[in-house]
Amino acid sequence: MSLAPPTPTHAPPAGRKLPNRLNGRSARVLKSWEVLLAVIAVAIFFANTWASPYFLDPWNLSDATFNFTEKAMIAFAMALLIISGEIDLSVAGIIALASTAMGWAVQYGAGTGELVAIGVGVGAICGAFNGVLVTRFGLPSIVVTIGTMSLFRGISYIVLGDQAFNGYPESFAFFGRGYVFWVISFELVLFAVFALIYALVLHGTNFGRHIYAIGNNPTAATFSGIRVERVKMALFLLTGLMSGIAAVCLTARLGSTRPSIAFGWELEIVTMVVLGGVSILGGAGSILGVVIAALIMGMVTFGLGLLNVPGIVMSIFIGGLLIGVIALPRMVQLLRKGRLT
Amino acid sequence: MTDNNTTPQPVLRLNGITKTFPGVRALSEVDLALYPGEVTALIGENGAGKSTLVKILTGIHQPDAGQIIVDETPTTLADASAATRAGITAIHQETVLFDDLSVAENIYLGHAPRGRFGLLDWARMEEDAREILKRIGAAINPRLPLRDLGIASKHLVAIARALSVQARVVVMDEPTAALSQAEIEELYTLIDRLKAEGKAILFISHKFDEVFRIAERYTVFRDGQMVDAGMISDVTEDQLVEKMVGRAMSAIFPVRHATPGETVLEVRDYSHPTEFADISFDLRRGEILGFYGLVGAGRSEIMQSLFGVTKPSHGEARLNGRALSIRTPADAIAEGIVYVPEDRGKQGAITAMPIFQNVTLPSLSRTSNKGFIRMAQEFDLARHYTERLDLRASALDQTVGNLSGGNQQKVVIAKWLATRPEVIILDEPTKGIDVGSKAAVHDFMAELAAEGLCVIMVSSEIPEILGMSDRVIVMREGRIVSQHPRDGLSPEILVREAAGYGATAQKESAA
Repeated sequence: MSLAPPTPTHAPPAGRKLPNRLNGRSARVLKSWEVLLAVIAVAIFFANTWASPYFLDPWNLSDATFNFTEKAMIAFAMALLIISGEIDLSVAGIIALASTAMGWAVQYGAGTGELVAIGVGVGAICGAFNGVLVTRFGLPSIVVTIGTMSLFRGISYIVLGDQAFNGYPESFAFFGRGYVFWVISFELVLFAVFALIYALVLHGTNFGRHIYAIGNNPTAATFSGIRVERVKMALFLLTGLMSGIAAVCLTARLGSTRPSIAFGWELEIVTMVVLGGVSILGGAGSILGVVIAALIMGMVTFGLGLLNVPGIVMSIFIGGLLIGVIALPRMVQLLRKGRLT
Repeated sequence: MTDNNTTPQPVLRLNGITKTFPGVRALSEVDLALYPGEVTALIGENGAGKSTLVKILTGIHQPDAGQIIVDETPTTLADASAATRAGITAIHQETVLFDDLSVAENIYLGHAPRGRFGLLDWARMEEDAREILKRIGAAINPRLPLRDLGIASKHLVAIARALSVQARVVVMDEPTAALSQAEIEELYTLIDRLKAEGKAILFISHKFDEVFRIAERYTVFRDGQMVDAGMISDVTEDQLVEKMVGRAMSAIFPVRHATPGETVLEVRDYSHPTEFADISFDLRRGEILGFYGLVGAGRSEIMQSLFGVTKPSHGEARLNGRALSIRTPADAIAEGIVYVPEDRGKQGAITAMPIFQNVTLPSLSRTSNKGFIRMAQEFDLARHYTERLDLRASALDQTVGNLSGGNQQKVVIAKWLATRPEVIILDEPTKGIDVGSKAAVHDFMAELAAEGLCVIMVSSEIPEILGMSDRVIVMREGRIVSQHPRDGLSPEILVREAAGYGATAQKESAA
């Protein structure tokens, strides 16, 4: 009798099945950060409508999208990078260098196709450079990319001094100023396509799952057979590539290159990502959140612009918004706790 | 009824403490009393609510209902400093101290002696720290950074800290988990001294020999409820175990009739510059091969190099006669060799992610379609393996961090089984998990071996090694000392060979 294998301590009732999910879909959706962001976005939309009679004009709204499309393209890749536990602060520097390279090529008669290839290519090379420094040499990405931020932009200052590159071909302008249909700009379409692609990659592929795993616990991810360095390398490359694409759009839109192009964008992009609910510590976040955050930041900037609010006040407003939105859930939590005790 | 003349008043009493977390009732109307100068052992499986109780006592969690009574006065322990003010202090499994601060700073952090202008009085702090360390018989320089100390010394610092805050209640949460036998003896001496000073001690442990050695009273928790309490002198070990698991512990290890088949894995002359040298062994189909040795004997390091985490400097491994070239864990997994690491929280589970995503992580290529995730397949795969291991959870999308240690281990094992490996390496598979989960893991290992899987089990627990292995390899200082079939192997042989007593004796006689 004592030779019989022991019965399990907590024998489950026969046929017990672990449910897939604890809460229903609606409960999960309602509690999500994205819903809160969407509510804020709608509120800002109405506030803008109420504050300025010009806001609801389709062409004005269309113009407003340029406030976020280029930044958001980079923010998508940045979101993946931050979820994996890394960061790239050199993105604006990459734009400057890629734009300078394009402007330089124009002087030698490069056509539109070559310009796009150069812009995107330089971006990818810069991203790969960051990636190699971080993954091969094991350096912290925040330090590496602060360094390359100055390095990349420094090169364009050396090349350009206080000059500007002009003379981009007519057809090149389409990437920044072209419209696909009525008020729908090429950039807006690009933004939407990238949003879908990135959402699919992050939430619907094994690669995306690996990103979350790495961000939450790189050691356990390695032990689970994920090639952590390879994933991170790919993400740096991707971020550089997206910066190159953004450089093409921005340069085409402005029609000229100065070394101060896209100055300070890295912080706005990181703000966008964090506002979108991506954990700055890595491991959590969604593309939908970043999309809504991009819309919010674009609308706020544009709404304040319509009201002739000076730029410095805008950045104060965006900073306050960021802190407020981040503090809100925590404040609710504290209030609830206070009620209980 | 107890006689009031002989029983002292408890320093601390808990009445009807209840604590609920989302989906789990961690503690349900629990009572506890701690008496001055006495050690009360808190016994229970992992997930029984012991850790939650510690967190309530130290002010980290607030109870949903019930009273905390300190010296006959109902008290609220709103945060950690309130607990300290109430005279309660805790020494944790892995001490929560600051590696980069000095010993003295660690002892006095938060209540350091102040000098003029409210600045820290460093000289007095060091002097006082030295005094306290002397009182507990610890020869530690208070100026050393904590980083330079071993775990045993860190425990001593934690105890010194407890004394420095004039604690009257000391909670010790598995203090011996990482200590050597000699260090455990020192700890016992120290606990005796604390008792003599009139401290009330709550001693949490999985090890019954410790409980019987050190405690006067016991309290047993099971599934968040207090099932029994009394004097240690009135119970036997078997009775306590039965109370704790709610069943008799007759046959602890599953009975196996193993007939290992052909050789599957051959390791030859595996060496590493610092960790191990000249490691050669075979592993046969359906076999459980035990690796015994002291902590630091190089067992985990060998397994991690077989798994591709580190590179051996020399040697080769063959699987089914074919030479292996494993450079990363991904290579090892592809070859069918998997490793369940000892450090569950850091290397095994991704605690912030849901159960099903943890289970499918190395198997995503099978549940996905051309790289795209198919959630339904994931849930099926995860359910299949977690139910086989009798995982206790409320749903598959629960985060692993919310599970008890034993159940986290089941998730990690399920994760590796889902890759359908040929060789599974389990590194201390039942360390720090409760008796019930332990038995489940053991049963399951036996089942796997019977199904033809090759199992390597690294363990420092002699009963586990003797109870589970077909063959045992003993290691010491990075080398294989001996290989034994299970039959005829005794604990004495294992201990002697692992510690090298026999070898020293031989050398001495030769000299």
